[in-house]
Amino acid sequence: MALRVEQAGVAKEAALVAVVGNPNAGKTSLFNCLTGAKQKVANYPGVTVERAAGKVRLADKTVEVIDVPGLYSLEAVSEDERVAVDVLRGEFGGEGRPDLLVVAIDAGNLERNLYFFSQLADAGFPLVVALTKTDVLSQSGSKVDADRLSVLLGVDVIPVVPHKGRGLAELKQAISRNLESPRMPIRELGFPHALESHVNALHERLARAGFDVQRNDVRQALLGAKSEFAEGLRELPELEIALQEAQAELQAQGFLKPSLDVTGRYQWASAIQSAVLRKAAMPLRKSLTDRLDFALTHRVFGLALFVGVMYLVFQSIYTFAQPLMAGIGWAFDRLGDLVGPPLAGVPWLRSLVVDGILAGVGTLLTFLPQICILFLLIAALEGTGYLARAAFMMDRLLGWCGLNGRAFIPLLSSFACAIPGVMSARIMPDKRSRLATILVAPLMSCSARLPVYLLLIGAFIEPQFGAGWAGFALFAMHLLGLLVAIPIAWVLNRTVVRGKRLPFLLELPPYQLPKWRDVWIAVYFRGKVFVQTAGTVIVVMSVMIWALVYFPRSQADEALYRAEFARSEEAQLLHDEELFVQGRLMESSYLGRFGRVIEPAFEPAGFDWRLATAILSAFPARETMVSGLGILFNVGGSADESSRDLRSALQTAKWPDGRPLVTPWTAVGLMVFFALCCQCMSTLAAIRRETNTWKWPVFVFVYMTALAYLGAVFVNQLGIWMG
Amino acid sequence: MSRTMPTVPFAEVRTGMRARVARAPIGTVEAKRLQEMGLTEGAEFEVLRVAPLGDPVEIQLRGYRLCLRRRETVGVEVEVLEG
Repeated sequence: MALRVEQAGVAKEAALVAVVGNPNAGKTSLFNCLTGAKQKVANYPGVTVERAAGKVRLADKTVEVIDVPGLYSLEAVSEDERVAVDVLRGEFGGEGRPDLLVVAIDAGNLERNLYFFSQLADAGFPLVVALTKTDVLSQSGSKVDADRLSVLLGVDVIPVVPHKGRGLAELKQAISRNLESPRMPIRELGFPHALESHVNALHERLARAGFDVQRNDVRQALLGAKSEFAEGLRELPELEIALQEAQAELQAQGFLKPSLDVTGRYQWASAIQSAVLRKAAMPLRKSLTDRLDFALTHRVFGLALFVGVMYLVFQSIYTFAQPLMAGIGWAFDRLGDLVGPPLAGVPWLRSLVVDGILAGVGTLLTFLPQICILFLLIAALEGTGYLARAAFMMDRLLGWCGLNGRAFIPLLSSFACAIPGVMSARIMPDKRSRLATILVAPLMSCSARLPVYLLLIGAFIEPQFGAGWAGFALFAMHLLGLLVAIPIAWVLNRTVVRGKRLPFLLELPPYQLPKWRDVWIAVYFRGKVFVQTAGTVIVVMSVMIWALVYFPRSQADEALYRAEFARSEEAQLLHDEELFVQGRLMESSYLGRFGRVIEPAFEPAGFDWRLATAILSAFPARETMVSGLGILFNVGGSADESSRDLRSALQTAKWPDGRPLVTPWTAVGLMVFFALCCQCMSTLAAIRRETNTWKWPVFVFVYMTALAYLGAVFVNQLGIWMG
Repeated sequence: MSRTMPTVPFAEVRTGMRARVARAPIGTVEAKRLQEMGLTEGAEFEVLRVAPLGDPVEIQLRGYRLCLRRRETVGVEVEVLEG
C-alpha cells in the first residue's frame, strides 16, 4: 500500500490531500480555513456530488486539498457516500488517489468519530488527525489528551480551532511531514485476536493470489455477513474452504457474529475515549443546548418560532430581494438604452444584443440576490444548528411522501422562486430525497407566476364574481402546486427516483454561533457556481427564444403589414399602427407559426394560437407571458398585469367564428396551465446544474407540461359541460 | 444484565426514558447503518424528546444527539432502564 502511495506521489505534480470526516465534525470549516476563498467548486463528472478543491502552501511545497463529502462509514450506501469513498480509494474516474487524508475528529463526539477512524485505519490509509471543536469541549470543562490519543492511534493528532487560526500551522507541518514519510495508523482495533489472525491469513492469501481486497471485507465475510465479496469467494474453492474452516473455529469460540464488526469497533472507540477524555464533574445546570432545545423544539413555542423563522426566510427572498432585483433589471434596461442606439442601423443586431443577450444576462443576474440571501440564511441557520431542529420538527409533515424534514426550506423558497429553491435542495445529504425535492420544487407557485394570475383574475374573475372570489382564485392557484406536488413526490419516490434508501438519520449538533467565514464562502460559491454553470445555459436559451420570436423578418414584411393596416378601417379603429405591426411580426415569426401549428392541440383547453404562442414566448421567464400577450393582442409589449388595454383586449378577443376566446373557465384553465407548467428556462438550467445531467430538467419539463395540459383541458371541458 | 428483562420495540419509547438496546437487527444496509451510528446491542441511550408532530424521536447516544424515525427502527428492541 505504501509503495503505491509513493508511486502516485512521483507521478503527480502536486500531492493530493483529502479532508474527510463525519458530517458535523467541522470538516468544511477546516477546509475553508486551510484553503481560504481560493477554491474551485465543480461537480464530479456524471454525478450530483460537488467537488471543492483548493491549494495549500506548505513550507516546501504547495499541495492540492479536496473536501470530501461527510461520511459516517466507509460502507457507502447513498450516491454521495459512494462517490466520497471512491474518491478516497482513488477509484473515481479522473481523480488520483489521495496521498494523505486529514481526518476531522470532533473532540466532543469521540466515540462515533473514532468508529469511522477505525474503518479508515483498517483500510490502510496514511492519515493525520485534526482534532476539532476542542474549544466547545473545554467550555463544558472537559478535555481530550491529544498526545495520548496520538500514541493510541499511531498517527499525528493536531488539535485545531480553525476559525481562530489555532493549530493550522501545526497541521500544515504535520501534512508536510506525513507526505514525506507517512505514518500508518494502528491495525489493532479491538477485535478478538483469534479473528484477526484469520483475517490476516486470508488477506495475505488473497494478496498472494493477486487480489487487492480490503481487510474489512475479509473480516466481514469471516463473520458471516452477506456481501459481494463473500459471493465472489465462492468462485475460489480453495479459499472458500479456508473461510469455512476459519468460521467453524470462530463459531466454537463464540465470535461468529456479523454484528461484531460494529460492536468490536465501538468497544475499541469507547476504550480509547475513556483513556483520553477527561470529563468535567457532572454539571449541575443543564447545558445551553438542552435549555435552548426545550424552547426551540417545544410543541407550542418551538413551532411558533419555526413559523417566524420561516416567514423571515420567505420574506427575505420574496420581498427584501425585490429592490436588488429591480435595481439589476433597471441597470440592464439602461444598458440596453445605452448600447441600443449605436446599433440602430442594424435592427436585428440591436435586437439580438438588447432583447436576446442583455435580457438573458439580466434574467440570470436578477436571480443572484435571491440565491445569495437564501444561502446566507441557510448557512447561518445551519451553522447555529437550528436547521437540523427545523428538519426534526417538520419531518413528519414531509416524510410520508418520500421527502424528509430538510425539504421544507427548498419547497418554501420555491414559492418565491424555484431557482434558489432547487439550489437549496443540496442541504439534503441523501440523493433520493434531494432529487425528489428538486423534481417537485418547480410546482410551487413562484412570484413570476403572479403577474399572469393578476392579469387573468383582474380581467375575468373580479369583474364578474367580485373581490372575494378573486382572492380565493389567487389563493387556490398557490395551493394547487402544493397539492399536486404531494402525490407527485409520492409517485416519483416509488418510480423514477431510485437508489438505495437510507433511514433518515439526523444529527442534532450543539447550538453555536455560525462561523461567518464559512457562511460567506458558502454564499460566494453558490452565487459563483450559479452564474458560471447555469449562466451559459440561460443566456443561450434566451438568445434561442429571441431568434424564434425575431425571425424570419424582413423590411418587405413590415411594409406589407403597414399597408394592411392602412387598408383596414377596423384595424385603424382598434389599434395603434406600431403595435399592430408588432403583433403581425410576432404572428409571422417562427414562434408564432409554431403557435399556429400546435393550436389544434390546445383547442381542447380552449386556447387559440395567440394564447399558445404567448405561453411559448414565456419560456425565458414566466412573467414575460404578459408582455407576449400584449404584443399578440396588439396593445404592445410594455403592457403589464394591470394594463386596462390588455384586459379589455383579452375580454373582447374572439375565435374566428365569433365565440369569445377567453371565458372565465378558459381563464382558470390558463392559470392552471401556468401554475403547473415549467415555462422557465432558468429553473431547468438550475436543475441541470444541480443534477449534472440533462435527463432531469427534460423530465421535469415533460411531466409538468403534461400535467399543465391535462389540467387546462380538464377545466375547459368542465366549463363546456357545465355550460 | 438480567436476561429476563422484558423488551419493547424502539418505536414505543417515550420522552425521558433511559433504555438499553437489547436487540439490533442485522442483514440490511438500513439496519447496519443504525448500528454504525452507535445503536448497537448493549448501547444505552436517553430519549430527549419527540418531535411536535409525534415523530421523529431524539435520543442522546454515545455522547451525541441523534434523531430517527420510529418506523425506520423496525426490529430494534430495547430494555427500559428508567422512566
